[in-house]
Amino acid sequence: MRLPHSHPLDLEHGRIDLSHGAGGRAMAQLIEDLFARELGNEFLAQGDDGARLPACTGPLVMATDAHVVSPLFFPGGDIGCLSVHGTINDVAVMGAQPLYLAASFVLEEGLPLAGLARIVASMAAAARAAGVPVVTGDTKVVERGKADGVFITTTGVGVRLAGIDVSGANARPGDAVLVSGPLGDHGMAIMSVRENLAFDAPIVSDTAALHGLIADLLAAAPDVRVLRDPTRGGLAATLNEIAHQSGVGIVLDEAAIPVRPAVAAACELLGLDPLDIASEGRLIAICPAAGAERALAALRAHPLGTEAVRIGEVIADERRFVQMKTRFGGRRMVDWLAGDALPRIC
Amino acid sequence: MKYVDDFRDGTVARALGAAIRAGARPDREYRLMEFCGGHTHAISRYGIADLLPPQVRLVHGPGCPVCVLPVGRIDQAIRLALEHGVILCTYGDTLRVPASGRLSLLRAKGRGADVRMVYSPLDALQVARANPAREVVFLAIGFETTTPPTAVAVKQARAEGLGNFSLLCNHVLTPAAMHAILAAPGGVRLDGFVGPAHVSTVIGSAPYEPFARDHGKPVVIAGFEPLDVMRAIQMLIRQIDDGRAEVENEFTRAVTAEGNRKAQALVAEVFELRDAFEWRGLGTVPASALRLRPAFAGFDAEARFAVPAVPVPDHRACECAAILRGEKRPQECRIFGTACTPDNPVGSCMVSSEGACAAHYTYGRFRVEAAPTETTRT
Ligand code: SF4
Repeated sequence: MRLPHSHPLDLEHGRIDLSHGAGGRAMAQLIEDLFARELGNEFLAQGDDGARLPACTGPLVMATDAHVVSPLFFPGGDIGCLSVHGTINDVAVMGAQPLYLAASFVLEEGLPLAGLARIVASMAAAARAAGVPVVTGDTKVVERGKADGVFITTTGVGVRLAGIDVSGANARPGDAVLVSGPLGDHGMAIMSVRENLAFDAPIVSDTAALHGLIADLLAAAPDVRVLRDPTRGGLAATLNEIAHQSGVGIVLDEAAIPVRPAVAAACELLGLDPLDIASEGRLIAICPAAGAERALAALRAHPLGTEAVRIGEVIADERRFVQMKTRFGGRRMVDWLAGDALPRIC
Repeated sequence: MKYVDDFRDGTVARALGAAIRAGARPDREYRLMEFCGGHTHAISRYGIADLLPPQVRLVHGPGCPVCVLPVGRIDQAIRLALEHGVILCTYGDTLRVPASGRLSLLRAKGRGADVRMVYSPLDALQVARANPAREVVFLAIGFETTTPPTAVAVKQARAEGLGNFSLLCNHVLTPAAMHAILAAPGGVRLDGFVGPAHVSTVIGSAPYEPFARDHGKPVVIAGFEPLDVMRAIQMLIRQIDDGRAEVENEFTRAVTAEGNRKAQALVAEVFELRDAFEWRGLGTVPASALRLRPAFAGFDAEARFAVPAVPVPDHRACECAAILRGEKRPQECRIFGTACTPDNPVGSCMVSSEGACAAHYTYGRFRVEAAPTETTRT
């Protein structure tokens, strides 16, 4: 049943105002004419406060992630597709098949509806491509100045794949550390627009849903022990987390770590370490050394893993240090980043 | 990146390391100070110490602009922001330097101060243009490298008649600090200096002559790439073994004897020498820093706002002063890695990635803690 709206939603010139979050007709119209139309599926169409989902077999995995990104649109993506990919990946790296998403929006008063429409369309496209529908959602509007355009929180549910046991606590000495492709593309894409860095070839975010890649990997190498996506904090933070959870050390080979020349150059310019920079479509996998080649082959056979390589190994080290053999023949630690990734002065 | 890769070639580095190990006399110690934080960073990040023989000892110097800024100067900036309501703009690392009262610029920001991170003084100018009703102060720090851009910003502000822009000037001078280190009574024994890279592109190699001529300390100016640093170390060892003390230039691709005359003229037009300036670690050093010339007094935050720099002692346990003079190593500080970490710095050397403590903590602390256990691999 269509609600009797006096004016159609002006997606070209309109802006979000407080009435869009007030629970009245304006809000119903926004949901109906934008969110439901773009994201539409049988569960959203139920129109209730929650989604009734079919029973599923197997242990459930749930993950949630708040997305706050400035600018909202960046080379290679926007906050919409990012919020879908990020949560799908959080579920998938638990060794699960992602099934459903919930999305909640905090909109800032004054946000152009055209921008919001672009974001929601991008979310819808990402969810459709991934085969993971957004089944329920919520919208709130806050006063101007109390948010940065749009904040999106997405929650995902999935079912753990039978026979798979991946966890950050499972790494064992001797295991191989693999990465599915070059690091830092997403973080540098954001930074390059934020800091107005003009490069000959623009750096494009790698944002992508990894559940297909992960499914292929686990089918070929069910003995994979750890899966993670190196988002905020980059490879350095991710590996330090794993080292701490598993009580092991990790030694990386700098020469093997893939970083695109443009990303390396931008890092150089800003005095940043590519190992600290976020990726949104890369996978870190740790598996027994004996199965590393098989796992690599599976990754490389998937379009999102063609550049997969082995970058290091897990060692016994009760100090839980992540170290790196430098290209130079020396050795250094790869530590967590202190504070934010800030450019150097000199 | 091809250009940079040439200076990070692992094969060349290993060969160079072998040559240094073969060439250095086993019966003597070589104590070489890398003055500049950029070198400290490169040495730690590329693991250069692993390629050197034990008798070659690298001593960290005071060449990190964030590290040498005394607490009183940060306090001054915080007061400008909190009490005078200015928009305070500065470089990223400066935001985290500990100040009095458990504050830092970042924490002051949490208390409502309008503190903004910028990448260049021109960004600060832009903030001033965009906020004509507010006072905008740029907290300028750095050695000779960062001074010319600050001078450009001040001249630009004057040209545009930007009345709401001013400078809290903390620009300091490298040769003065090197003199202070050599003059310190009972100071550190040094056999030579790895000279700064970027600083020297501005001032040239000539200002280092007195260290070779009068103090008998060889100086080799080196770029920031790891191979540059290693070549400089090799050149220093050769000079020391030959009994020579000269200024040599490894960084010929960017540094000449006279430096960048245009930049020097620009700096001289806008700035003049301060009689003395307080440095963290070195105390008050005569003729070691710059201030705005009277012609630019309108852009001098120190003249415009009544916030004098009040000397403040460092934290009791902090050894930053000794570290900045090259007398102690980071791990010799009692609170290194415990009370003082990059996430919770107590002293300034733990803040910037160019600080000796932060570099050692982030890249090198596996060396001092328990022995590596790769042999126990199962
Ligand atoms: S460990 Fe901290 S307090 Fe100690 S010298 Fe280093 S920076 Fe200063």
